[in-house]
Amino acid sequence: MSTPQPPMPQAAAPDWQAAASGSPYPSYTSPIPVVRTHLGHAISSEWTKIRSVRSTVWTLGVFLLLVVGIGLLVAALVAANQGEESLSGQNPLSFGVFGLLLGSMCIITLGVLTTASEYGTGMIRTTMTACPSRARVLAAKAIVFFAVAFTVTFASVLLVAVADVAMLKGARSPSGGEWLKGTFGISLYIALLGLLSLLVGSIIRHSAGAITIMIGLVLAPLVIALFMFSSALEKVRQALFDYSIPNQLSAFYTNTLSRTGPTGWDPVWIALGVTAVAFAGAVALLQKRDV
Amino acid sequence: MIELVGLTKRYGEKLAVNNLTFTVRPGMVTGFLGPNGAGKSTTMRMMLGLDRPTAGDVRIDGIRYDRLRDPLRYIGALLDAKAVHGGRSAFNHLLCLAQSNGIPQRRVAEVLDTVGLTAVARKKAKGFSLGMGQRLGIAGALLGDPRILMFDEPVNGLDPEGIHWIRNLMKSLAAQGRTVFVSSHLMSEMALTADHLVVIGQGRLLADTSMADFIERNSRSYIRIRSPQRERLLDVLHDEGVTVIESGSGALEVDGGKAEQIGELVAQHQIVLHELSPQQASLEEAFMRLTAESVEYHAHADTPLEAPFEGRFEPRFERAPERQHWGEDWTRR
Repeated sequence: MSTPQPPMPQAAAPDWQAAASGSPYPSYTSPIPVVRTHLGHAISSEWTKIRSVRSTVWTLGVFLLLVVGIGLLVAALVAANQGEESLSGQNPLSFGVFGLLLGSMCIITLGVLTTASEYGTGMIRTTMTACPSRARVLAAKAIVFFAVAFTVTFASVLLVAVADVAMLKGARSPSGGEWLKGTFGISLYIALLGLLSLLVGSIIRHSAGAITIMIGLVLAPLVIALFMFSSALEKVRQALFDYSIPNQLSAFYTNTLSRTGPTGWDPVWIALGVTAVAFAGAVALLQKRDV
Repeated sequence: MIELVGLTKRYGEKLAVNNLTFTVRPGMVTGFLGPNGAGKSTTMRMMLGLDRPTAGDVRIDGIRYDRLRDPLRYIGALLDAKAVHGGRSAFNHLLCLAQSNGIPQRRVAEVLDTVGLTAVARKKAKGFSLGMGQRLGIAGALLGDPRILMFDEPVNGLDPEGIHWIRNLMKSLAAQGRTVFVSSHLMSEMALTADHLVVIGQGRLLADTSMADFIERNSRSYIRIRSPQRERLLDVLHDEGVTVIESGSGALEVDGGKAEQIGELVAQHQIVLHELSPQQASLEEAFMRLTAESVEYHAHADTPLEAPFEGRFEPRFERAPERQHWGEDWTRR
């Protein structure tokens, strides 16, 4: 490592004492043009950050492997072992849900790491010094992460859906609405789940802690519901089951309104509401706490 | 220019920074000195808007930090070298900082060259040595070519060549008319770089003065004389009414006074001298004395003494004094 002469820019050393008479804050003047920064600058900065760390490649790589791999595997197994008649009336898109449920863990991890890892490494102090508007930093992170998570999820879900329809000959062909819900809708839901993780990461400021909380949120209601035997708790049990995240995922593939719990696009609205509240909370905490 | 007015930070019961008021001026290196735990880093974090002050205000060229639209163009800071994501390359680290402030991408290559990291620009930061990490932090501070630079303990972990480099860097930045504010707990380091000194102890301002004034006021200056005609010299000096201290190894020390006067006096009496040198106690000594006073003050405040009657009643304690071991209250606060 060489040690070059102390810099500096080509500009001749200005005579600051001479400048003193003009400006109340006499000083060096840089030749670099001044830019009034806005959210766009923060977004391009966050984009550089998310694409330049290995954890993004790993989490999204494993996500693709799980969603596409398990999706295609399930489709192949079902096609091989089920008669055409037993599939009749089924929505072929619904077989993608297994891979997606597992894959959501990767999106959760990436979401948490986007914010919490900066606290772990100390990078957050550099980030907040470069951009003192804390809400802008969080907004930029949210926008960049959401775009990445949605794009990757939508692409892989679409791939699996097309394969399902092609391989499962006996199933009915899904309507336009079912296509929209089963690909676009569920991708929106998964990306929102990731965004919620990002906000929890910002609130908790600890990667492992935030990931544990989010995985608990996904699995705990279903597990708790399984062990509620008492009939007195039947209503609680049903509610826990209905609103558990795996059940909300399955709602994207069913058309019947007879089932209890969320139907149609309800899961998206629920996720949107919860994420909005978490966003407000994360911004309030960011403003209040020291970095 | 950085202006602090009544800056205060309280963590629970502990007053980390207590009513600091001073100004960091352009065109010179201002040293920010204090023993470990004096509140230097907390003060710098408040200057950068990372910590919210409990009371008081900091202005960067008259603007509050969180109102700065492109802060890296105003002020570049090296807070700690580890404020970097280890998995990101040096280039990408600087690139994301540049983008957030609308700084052209070519600046990244320029500052990498300035700090001598061009060869490892694409390497991950976690593989960097402490010194390389420090250089990366300095590159980040220089990125926006700012008018104000702030370095928190910049020589930590640097080898002698690196230390020499950063001293020259700070001096040349100040010579360009920039404001350079650098913290350290080593007085000897400051003596070589700083033109102005701000000293704090236990969060309070102890001194805000030029380096020369600080030395003059806080250290003993004397003239050391050695001569083979020691007895005659003593007589001559005694006759002139000069007080002489005999130090070890046969040298004489004269407090105050000018070397010229003594030289002329000795020449008149034709005494041979082997040494006539003005001496100054080291800055480290002056610093120790200054901070020791602040410690002493606290020791008294904690030990209730029978105060002599002084004509009017003055509350001697801000808080009700409790009997306790010395230093206990420091950790409690």
